Amino acid sequence: MWQALRNELAPAGFELVTVGLDTLGAEGCRQFIEAARPEHPSLIDQYHKLADAFGVINIPSSVWIDEQGMIVRPAEVAPAAPGSRSGPPPRLPPEIPERLRNIMQEAVKIPDDSAVYHAALRDWVQKGSDSDFAMAPDEVIARSRPRDENRSLGHAHFELASALEVAGQHDAAIQHFREAHRLVPESWTFRRQAWSLERVEAAGSFARFWQGPKPDDPESWPYDGGWLEDIRREGAENYNERWRP
Amino acid sequence: MLMRSLAIPRAEFEAGTGWQLKPEGACKGDVCIPLPETPGDDVDVRALAESMGLPLVAAAEYGLWAVGPEAIGGRALLSAEAPDLRLPDLDGNEFALSSLRGKKVLLYAWAPY
Repeated sequence: MWQALRNELAPAGFELVTVGLDTLGAEGCRQFIEAARPEHPSLIDQYHKLADAFGVINIPSSVWIDEQGMIVRPAEVAPAAPGSRSGPPPRLPPEIPERLRNIMQEAVKIPDDSAVYHAALRDWVQKGSDSDFAMAPDEVIARSRPRDENRSLGHAHFELASALEVAGQHDAAIQHFREAHRLVPESWTFRRQAWSLERVEAAGSFARFWQGPKPDDPESWPYDGGWLEDIRREGAENYNERWRP
Repeated sequence: MLMRSLAIPRAEFEAGTGWQLKPEGACKGDVCIPLPETPGDDVDVRALAESMGLPLVAAAEYGLWAVGPEAIGGRALLSAEAPDLRLPDLDGNEFALSSLRGKKVLLYAWAPY
């Protein structure tokens, strides 16, 4: 869908740039990118630079940037798309564990504003700064994510955790991931990234999607929450701030 | 930004944080933070981070440090000018977002987990 929309809008001077956020880098993203066969730039963000630079706290998110390099819509919820989706794959084998079924049931409850989003995108590509959906610089800044000193510190802990994980220091990484979660509690990406690094082998090929206590050893789970636990607590309808013009 | 040392070239600090170190101070967009002294070709990250109010977190035993982004505006963006984002593709080739000037760009964040 994104590739098709990109090809539709490309003649009007539009380009799509997808960015995969993953501590595992290219190897974590490769199978999904190769399956999507993108004709647009498709990049890897191993240390979540998009969190620091743009305020991305959830996926999928998008930022709109005009011809002069000015942001006209800050980081906000964006529709999922085949080939660049988030969460477990939609086609589940019959032997899928109950936890993953439950996660899927929550994930489908996440509100979908894709129709209004795509209409707004087409409007902007056609009209540019005359589009009602393109914001002036002051509004872009005001609608970017809140950041205080705690969040700033949390970002530093997250980046350090990522680097420790890449360096093979998994236990040290966990301590800094936990600090990032405490200091930036609204970031789903900080949480899901850390949970996904606790591979649960019992989940087989879905090891990265389990994101919660191991069935045979729940005490060893190093985090306070999990994907299923947190989305149930916060409510799937609150997973994203709804898209608004 | 991540560092393997607390003494790094000034250009690395500028590229990593998006702050330009000028005679009038550390500047991003229209905002400049005055500094006690103008940094030379190498910067002392600890002193600079303290002057700029940026958090510094250490894992010194592993030779790693991280400086967090600024919070002075109270928002993730201090300016509507897009940061100079540079990231690699699957093959490790670096791509600069600024190479798409002249086009409208939708930057789309996703994750495989």
